[in-house]
Amino acid sequence: MPLRVMARSSADAPAIRASLSVGVPVAAYGVSFGALSVASGLDIWQTQVLSLLMFSGGSQFALIGVIAGGGAGGPAIAAASLLGVRNSLYAIRMAPIIGPGFWRRFAAGWFTIDETTAVSTAQTDLRSQRVGFWVTAVVIFVGWNLTTLAGALLGDLLGDVRQYGLDAAAAAAFLGLLWPRLRHLQPIVVAVGAAVVAAVLTPWLPPGLPVIAAALVAVVVGITNWLGKRS
Amino acid sequence: MTVWQTVILASIAVVALKMAGYLVPQSLLEKPVPLRVANLLTVALLAALIATQTLGSGQSIAVDARIPALIVAGVLFALRVPFILVIVAAAVTAALLRLWF
Repeated sequence: MPLRVMARSSADAPAIRASLSVGVPVAAYGVSFGALSVASGLDIWQTQVLSLLMFSGGSQFALIGVIAGGGAGGPAIAAASLLGVRNSLYAIRMAPIIGPGFWRRFAAGWFTIDETTAVSTAQTDLRSQRVGFWVTAVVIFVGWNLTTLAGALLGDLLGDVRQYGLDAAAAAAFLGLLWPRLRHLQPIVVAVGAAVVAAVLTPWLPPGLPVIAAALVAVVVGITNWLGKRS
Repeated sequence: MTVWQTVILASIAVVALKMAGYLVPQSLLEKPVPLRVANLLTVALLAALIATQTLGSGQSIAVDARIPALIVAGVLFALRVPFILVIVAAAVTAALLRLWF
């Protein structure tokens, strides 16, 4: 038995290493989410519920970004949901790896985000893919929630956050999420187009709606496959 | 809508989207158009949020310390500096510029 345990753990080592090297730094920036969330006008409880329940960095930042800009609930929910659409695609990809069983899929669904999918699908055999998914999920879920709380408590103590540059930090956080996706001409053109649409519409539409309008750039370019590779 | 209602409804929507993927037939991923639109949607929304977060001031456009801070962040991301350090550098840049000018 001990031999079998050892053999197992050494076979799982690469997947666990990948999970930790992705999971720990990602969990750490929950601090910036917590601090920015209370700066946007949410209280500590609301901030914590987002990290526990929504558990999807991009959508969480989007929601507080729209609220910070004075946006209403509708646009805030729409922005968070539209950013969550990619998780549906990850879930389709993860389903055969996770396997059957209602509760297992339910838990996996909760944890289906950029990083868990990335670590899992980067592994070469099914067992490592499963280990990669679940270890990354637990590391990020626990870490992200603890750092969110720390950031929210810290942000509450800071007072007016503009003097600490936290509004610029939020823009930088979005840039960090966007950066790895800008490897081809098509997404770069969509990014520039969407940024211009959102900026131009800001004086004309209620807060939050320019961001939603900018999503149309992705729909138009995606359907026509303008500047895309032929497949 | 209260902030609590927004938080709860948005959370349910985001979780439902994750769960939905486990119910969808595998073949959808083989269709290029929905896959491409979903990927580009993420790009467009993040870019739009960067624009409004950097330039927006209520319902008007303001040019201030956030722009140099974002440029600093872009340079550091290009140099593969870790995420959390870039965020701190962007905040410090904006804070110092506001202190000096």
